[in-house]
Amino acid sequence: MTALLTILVLVFILIAIWQMVKIFDLSQVGLGENNQVATDKDNNLNGYLMMGFLAFIYIITIVCVVKWGDLPLLSNSASEHGPGIDNLMIISLVIIFIVQTLTQFLLHYFAFKYKGEKGKKALFYADNNTLEAIWTIIPVITLAGLIIYGLFTWTSIMNINEEDDPIVIELYAQQFNWKARYAGNDNTLGDANVRLINIDKANILGLDESDPNGQDDVITSELHLPVGKPILFKMRSQDVLHSAYMPHFRAQMNCVPGMITQFSFTPTVTTAEMRQNPDIVDKVANINKIRQENSKALVAEGGEALDPYEFDYLLLCNKICGKSHYNMQMKIIVESQEDYEAWLKEQKTFKNSLVTN
Amino acid sequence: MSAHADTHAHEDHGHHHKETFVTKYIFSTDHKMISKQYLITGTIMGVIGIMMSLMFRMQIAWPEEPNVLFEALLGKWAPEGVMDADIYLALVTIHGTIMVFFVLTAGLSGTFSNLLIPLQIGARDMASGFLNMVSYWLFFLSSIVMISSLFVEAGPAAAGWTIYPPLSALPMAQGGSGMGMTLWLVSMALFIASSLLGSLNYVVTVLNLRTKGMSMTRLPLTIWAFFVTAIIGIVSFPVLLSAALLLIMDRSFGTSFFLSDIFIQGEVLHYQGGSPVLFEHLFWFLGHPEVYIVILPAMGLVSEIMAANSRKPIFGYRAMIASILAIAFLSTIVWGHHMFISGMNPFLGSVFTFTTLLIAIPSAVKAFNWITTIWKGNIQMNTAMLFSIGFVSTFITGGLTGIILGDSALDINVHDTYFVIAHFHLVMGISALYGMFAGVYHWYPKMFGRMMNKNLGYIHFWVTAVCAYGVFFPMHFIGMAGLPRRYYTNSNFPLFDDLADVNKVITIFALVGGAFQIVFLYNFFVSMFFGKKATQNPWRSTTLEWTTPVEHIHGNWPGELPTVHRWAYDYSKPGHDVDFVPQNVPLKEGEEELQH
Repeated sequence: MTALLTILVLVFILIAIWQMVKIFDLSQVGLGENNQVATDKDNNLNGYLMMGFLAFIYIITIVCVVKWGDLPLLSNSASEHGPGIDNLMIISLVIIFIVQTLTQFLLHYFAFKYKGEKGKKALFYADNNTLEAIWTIIPVITLAGLIIYGLFTWTSIMNINEEDDPIVIELYAQQFNWKARYAGNDNTLGDANVRLINIDKANILGLDESDPNGQDDVITSELHLPVGKPILFKMRSQDVLHSAYMPHFRAQMNCVPGMITQFSFTPTVTTAEMRQNPDIVDKVANINKIRQENSKALVAEGGEALDPYEFDYLLLCNKICGKSHYNMQMKIIVESQEDYEAWLKEQKTFKNSLVTN
Repeated sequence: MSAHADTHAHEDHGHHHKETFVTKYIFSTDHKMISKQYLITGTIMGVIGIMMSLMFRMQIAWPEEPNVLFEALLGKWAPEGVMDADIYLALVTIHGTIMVFFVLTAGLSGTFSNLLIPLQIGARDMASGFLNMVSYWLFFLSSIVMISSLFVEAGPAAAGWTIYPPLSALPMAQGGSGMGMTLWLVSMALFIASSLLGSLNYVVTVLNLRTKGMSMTRLPLTIWAFFVTAIIGIVSFPVLLSAALLLIMDRSFGTSFFLSDIFIQGEVLHYQGGSPVLFEHLFWFLGHPEVYIVILPAMGLVSEIMAANSRKPIFGYRAMIASILAIAFLSTIVWGHHMFISGMNPFLGSVFTFTTLLIAIPSAVKAFNWITTIWKGNIQMNTAMLFSIGFVSTFITGGLTGIILGDSALDINVHDTYFVIAHFHLVMGISALYGMFAGVYHWYPKMFGRMMNKNLGYIHFWVTAVCAYGVFFPMHFIGMAGLPRRYYTNSNFPLFDDLADVNKVITIFALVGGAFQIVFLYNFFVSMFFGKKATQNPWRSTTLEWTTPVEHIHGNWPGELPTVHRWAYDYSKPGHDVDFVPQNVPLKEGEEELQH
């Protein structure tokens, strides 16, 4: 039945187009043999449409910026290096915005201004070295600035300074969840390899059971971070590629089976503080309004209402990893040093978590 | 060489070939027929690819809601009309593969390189008609294999079009990594063979078969673009072939090129010592030049169409060639910008940031040259011209965000989000598609001897133009809000609940834009038989293809090949009564050829 309806709809559409073509043809009688080539009337109409389209581009830009441009993610980074990235991002966006506005104007305005007329002759203008030089040099200068700024930012993020004595935490990815491993009192992760995984003994991350460094390691499924302390993440994956994406901290690194990757940052805002941030308060209120609306519909259908949303930092998987890629997340909690230590004390060490028989 | 070929082909022409249906329409060695075969195959693949994108867009906008369309088209993959998460990833993967390779590489470059290279350089046919035919049929075969992969038991390839191992290497990691991935790899191997045969043919033809007077600096920019594209293809496609072969070895013969230390579904696999990052390097060594393989031919077509319809010479002919060459060179040393956070050495990230941002310079030169080309022109708003202006517009919009993604520091936070989707769809997807549409509207009279309906063309362009911006512009913003790509649904993240309405708007634009492609398909197929008969040179253009008769003949020109006396852009040249002087018209007494 569906197939029949679809075919019918398609047939009607084709007939409609056919009828439209006949009307077009009738309006063009007397134009001679070349009547599918643009006439002055077409040039005129499309010239005005070009200006209309320019307006459309500007409007969609403004609507997007006003409606979706004030994203808290863009302005409230929660890591030490975050503002550096955000500044560079804003500078780049401003440059893009200026160039976009000007070039789109020139393009569409020229298309309108110089729309064809019978008998008019175009200017024979094939070359101008000065002009070419100008629009080579301007991008060169702009890009040189962006490259230098970008490279400084990048290097300062990626060069990990071991002298800061960072807290070492392993992020361990598997289809389709995350684990975190804390290095314990010695701040050294015990050796590990997926070949050593022993599910029966609950050695789920494949730690070397004989490595003394690993005995005090702590494996958790929530990521707690102390505020203001540099953290060095060591990433591992046991099966396929994953990507540890922590957008609030402007941090991301792939997790690659067979190798250890790393990324380091210092969280600067605790979860509790971020929940008080006016931007986040607005965002959460807005999301909860949407969730309430959705809940109404769900309840009307006999379903359960959605839980209200409370802000939390998140670690998301951002590299396609299989069926449940869309639901591979871990909560991140940034807290004071004391809370962090108290939480860590409650967790079982690796030595104590092993099942012995 | 060119003189030799001339006489040779001329003798050939004397014989009267007996053509059967099979030699004329199926196993044809005539470049014009082969170009039509490419175009029609590419169009069919395009319809499939776009339908797929509409389906997964509907899933994103109305997640997990039953849809009769899914039930009808996806069958067991949409139980009770709800799309399965596996098939969502498969649709995303096959959409990408089809659009990048089958539509925008073979459909675009295959069609127009084949059609225009011999016609615009004044050759009777390609250097090797036979190889050309083999090239098309390999492409056809690879399309069949790709489509057949949609019907295998465990589903088609679903690891993303970049098929990163281990996901693509391990059948237990994902349903699509079984038979579906095998067929994907076989299909791509055939495709690469086809592309290499085609590219070699294009290069040889351009170098050896130019007619008398057609020096390299008199070539239309289309030919320059096809020529350089073919060279990039020859340099980079073999690397993808080797990556695909190594992946086949890993999958089927137990080698460990890309795999090491894997524990999956309760068991440790034997692989040791390989690295997925190696695959990423090999893949992107083709993958990045590939976007230029897609966009350069479109740039060539657009340059030509803009000059002809502005009735003005292309501005900065030499700068245009120089920028094509610069882009081609740089394109082979920027692939690492796809891998800033892959775990490779951060210093490499610095190097690739530098080379990547350099590419913006020749791109900017091209954009400004196009804008100057239409300045003080006498612009004929034919549909092809509208698509060309649209091309420049989306190329600028999409290209500008490249300076964010190419900057390693900024890439950290927008990598693999919708920001990337917005960027590459505008700069290479939509732009190249516009280039292809422009080419079809412009050269349709040459291909089929009939005109496409201009009013349907106008409707097609304006709706498409509005919808393309409507779809991809807002995506930048949801990307900056941190929404990752390739998520089956965002409903597990309340954080993204406020993006649900944007996603609906995007999908509605996509559906409208997709539906209006029917207008194009109607215009394309119906005009073939019922369109107005074309005149010999309907756009009053200077290039050689318009000096051939409307009815296609073997060998292109009856009698002698034309001799070329001037460059391809003598539009509105002072001292002439008409506003175009074809390339085969000798210089008037006292007239000087422009120093270009």
